[in-house]
Amino acid sequence: MTIRVVLRFAIAFIVTAAMAQTPVNADLDARLKRLEAELRCLVCQNQTLADSNAPLAEDLRREVRELANTGKTDAEIKQYLVARYGDFVLYNPPLQRNTWLLWTGPFVLLAGGAAIWYAIVRRRKRGDDDNDDEPPGSGMPPDEAVARARQLIYEEP
Amino acid sequence: MKTWRLIVPLAVFAILLGFLWVGLSLDPREVPSPLIGKPAPSFSLATLHEPAKSLTSDDMKGQVWLLNVWASWCVSCRSEHPLLMQLAKANVVPVVGLDYKDKPDEGRAWLKENGDPYRVSIVDRDGRVGIDFGVYGVPETFVVDKQGVIRYKQIGPVTAESLERKILPLVRDLQKS
Repeated sequence: MTIRVVLRFAIAFIVTAAMAQTPVNADLDARLKRLEAELRCLVCQNQTLADSNAPLAEDLRREVRELANTGKTDAEIKQYLVARYGDFVLYNPPLQRNTWLLWTGPFVLLAGGAAIWYAIVRRRKRGDDDNDDEPPGSGMPPDEAVARARQLIYEEP
Repeated sequence: MKTWRLIVPLAVFAILLGFLWVGLSLDPREVPSPLIGKPAPSFSLATLHEPAKSLTSDDMKGQVWLLNVWASWCVSCRSEHPLLMQLAKANVVPVVGLDYKDKPDEGRAWLKENGDPYRVSIVDRDGRVGIDFGVYGVPETFVVDKQGVIRYKQIGPVTAESLERKILPLVRDLQKS
């Protein structure tokens, strides 16, 4: 009977101790998880450090965890890895001199496409151009166009 | 107006073609190392053959040397091994072997079986020095100059071509300076 009571207390103690422990580790784990999802595994290249099972990814996760434990900030940890592996370890390429085209390129193309589209629409509306795509006579006043069509259809050349 | 219609798409196509052509010759597995032109990371590691002795990065200062990262478990290390043996025989440049994430006795057995081209081999048991050197695909080979600055990194096995066209000319150049 007493053994049971002692056991019950022991279990209760262990459970509360474990529960008291988790918040701290859970914070760190969540932080590491988020950080690892922003870092690339160099071996598999299209996987994040968090997703990869490559031995190097394991080593780098260990390294990241240790750096975090010594109080390094996320930015410092990233800097540590960039110094060794280059910007490629970052899943989000930083905005800097050699990447501005990468970041702005799609928007430039979008703006260019919009400009072309706008120009075409405007020209179509005005209808005053040498556009081959438009049907013949589309620039004429309606009466004239009808007359011309009649002429083309009914009169011998 | 009509000529423009012809020229603009052609020009866009030519530019696209240019990008794709360059893209074809790029190997996505070769990530340029940020360490080139920077001092080699300092290390102090036990040697493979005499674990009581260690080699530090300072020991190699004053001469041009190669750091070859290898392991007994590494398959493509076997393909570059004959070249390293030739290089050792020619005695052009000292090669330091970094036995990366390997069991020392397996590393020693591998060298016994295949021949030992290294001036000295050091053991990076947990891969820490490898991380400092930005190693991600064994084998890798670094060319380090007299001042201890990394000048070139070969990712993947050394080939006859890379040795003749890149590594050896660079080594000769650096030895002269």
